[in-house]
Amino acid sequence: MPPLSANKYVQKIFFTLTGIAVVIIMGALFFLLGLIFIRGAPVINLEFLTQAPRRGMTEGGIMPAILGTLVLVAFAVAFAFPVGLFGAIYLVEYAKEGRITRIINEAIENLNAVPSIVFGLFGLAFFVTFLGFGRSILSASLTLAMMILPTVMVTSVEALKAIPQSFREGSLALGASKWRTIQDVVLPEAFAGVLTGVILAIGRVAGETAPILFTGVVYYKYALPSSPFDQTMALTYHLFVLATESPDIAKTRPIQYGTALVLVGLVLLVDATAIYIRRNILSKRRW
Amino acid sequence: MMSDSTSSKPKSKDLLSKIIDTQYLWKTIKTFGIKEFLLICASISVFAVIFIFVFLFVEGIQVFFEVNPIEFFFGTIWRPTAIPKYRAWGIAPMIIGSLMVSFGALAIAIVFGIMAAIYIAEVAPPQIRDFVKPIIEILAGIPSVVYGFFGLVILVPWIRETFNVVIGETAFTGALILSVMILPTIVSVSEDAISAVPRHLKEGALALGANEFQTLKSVVLPAALSGILAAIVLAFGRAIGETMAVLMVTGGSPIIPSPFWNYLSPVRVMTASIAAEMGEAVQGGTHYHALFAIGIVLFVITFVLNNITRRIVRKRVKMLKRL
Repeated sequence: MPPLSANKYVQKIFFTLTGIAVVIIMGALFFLLGLIFIRGAPVINLEFLTQAPRRGMTEGGIMPAILGTLVLVAFAVAFAFPVGLFGAIYLVEYAKEGRITRIINEAIENLNAVPSIVFGLFGLAFFVTFLGFGRSILSASLTLAMMILPTVMVTSVEALKAIPQSFREGSLALGASKWRTIQDVVLPEAFAGVLTGVILAIGRVAGETAPILFTGVVYYKYALPSSPFDQTMALTYHLFVLATESPDIAKTRPIQYGTALVLVGLVLLVDATAIYIRRNILSKRRW
Repeated sequence: MMSDSTSSKPKSKDLLSKIIDTQYLWKTIKTFGIKEFLLICASISVFAVIFIFVFLFVEGIQVFFEVNPIEFFFGTIWRPTAIPKYRAWGIAPMIIGSLMVSFGALAIAIVFGIMAAIYIAEVAPPQIRDFVKPIIEILAGIPSVVYGFFGLVILVPWIRETFNVVIGETAFTGALILSVMILPTIVSVSEDAISAVPRHLKEGALALGANEFQTLKSVVLPAALSGILAAIVLAFGRAIGETMAVLMVTGGSPIIPSPFWNYLSPVRVMTASIAAEMGEAVQGGTHYHALFAIGIVLFVITFVLNNITRRIVRKRVKMLKRL
C-alpha cells in the first residue's frame, strides 16, 4: 500500500485547510474593521472631529485627542528621522563591515524587540525624572522617537542599499566629493524609500499607548497644549480610558467606537500610503 | 519704546535663524567631520539600549533592598497597596499569567499562521497571494488598544455566555486576542522561510514522483523548519511584551488560577501590572521600584528571545548558502 501522503485526496484536504485558515484570519480582520466602521461611522461628524469633549466626556468631540496624537507624531518623527537617516548613511556609505557595524546592527535589532511598556518605564525614569522634562509632550515624543528609531533606520538602510553602486561611481568620477555624491545623487534617489520608513513609523507612533502612559498623556485637558512641556490628550489613551476606567463606560460607548474608527482610519491611511509608494514608485524603477 | 523693540527683534531673529539655518549647521558639522557626526547618529541606537538597561536596573534593583529576591520572584501574593503590615511583593502570579496568555496565543497563532504561510507560499495562485499578503499585514498595523477595545466589546461577553463564567475577562480571552496580534509576525516570517527553500530541492522531489503534498511535507517544511522556529520565538517575544490589549481583556487580578491550567480564570500579566499600577505608585517607593523590576524581567526575556532568533536566522542563512 502506498503511504497515505501519496493519496491525492489527502493533498487536496490539506491544501483546502490552509485556504480555510487564511479565510478565517481574513474573516477576523474584516469582522473587526467592519464592526468598528459600522458602529463608529454614525458618530463621526464635523462636531465630533472639531470640538472638545463635554459633560464628563459623554458629549462633544475628540479634537484635543486628535491634535495631541498629531503633535506627538510630529515631534517623534522630527527626533527620529534625522538620527535614523544619518545613522543609515553612516552604515551604508561610510562604515566598513566590522565590529562597529555589527554592534550597531545588533543594537537596532534589540531596540526593536524591547516591549513598548518598557519604553514607557524608561521614558519615565530618564526623560521625565532624570532629565527633568516632567510628564510632557517632549518626554512622550522622545520616548516614542526611540521606539521608532529602528524602523526608520532599517528602512533607510534598505533604501540606500537599493541605489546602484554605478550611480555613486559616476558622480565620483565627475569629481564630486563623497558627501556631494551622497547629498546630490544618493539621497534624492533614496528619498521615496526613506519616506516609506518614516510613514510606517508614523503609523506606529499614532497607535501606541504604553510608551506615553506615564510620560505625558492625560485623560482630559481643557486647554490645547501650547508648549512642549505641556501634557496632552491622545487618541489611543482616550479610547483606553473611556473603555475601561471612565465613570460611565456604557454611556460613552458611541464615542469609544468613533474614537476607535478615527484611530484605525488614521493608521490604515498612513499604512496604505506607504504601501502605495512601495508598489507604484519603488517597484517600477528601471535601473 | 519703538526703537527698543525694533532693535531687539533682528537680534533674536538672527539667533533663531542661526539655529535653524541648515547651512550654518552643516558648516559646523563639516568642520567637526561628517563621518564622525554620522557615526554619532548611528551609535545612538547602541546608547539607547544601554541606557534603557541601566535606567531600568538602577530603579528596579532598589526593590531588593526591601524585598528578598526569592520572595519577589517566587512569592505568590501581590498586594502592593495594602496597609504596610499586609503588603506582599510576589510576582509569580504575573509571570504565570504572562506565560499562560502567551503560550495560549502561540498555540492558536502557530496553527493558523503556519497554515496561512503554507497557503501563501505554496498553494495560492499569484493573484490571490498578492491580495492576501498585504491584507494580513494590515493586522500588524492595527493599534493594540483597538484590539483591546474589540476584545472588550465582543470577546468578553461572548466568552461569558459561551463558557458560562462570571467574569469574561479570562486568560483565554487574552490568548485569543493576542493570537490575532502575533499572527502577522508568524505568517510573514514563516512564509519567507518557506519561500526561501531553493527550488531545485523541490523540483528534485517532484521529479522523483512525489506529489506536491509529499514534497511539502518531506522536503520544503523540513528545510524551512529553522525559519519557522525563528518566527515562533519572535512571536513569543511580541506576545510577552504586548500590553494594552491584554490589560483590557484579562481581568487583572494578580492571583494564580486554580488549577493553574484553568484558562477561564482571570489573570494579570507582567506588562499589564506595570501599565495599570504605575499611576498609583509613589515615585521612589517600593511599589515604584517593584514595577521597574518587573520591567527588567521583561527586558531580559525579550532580549534573550531576540538573540535566540538572531542566532537561528544566522545559522539558517549559512545553511541556505550550502544548499
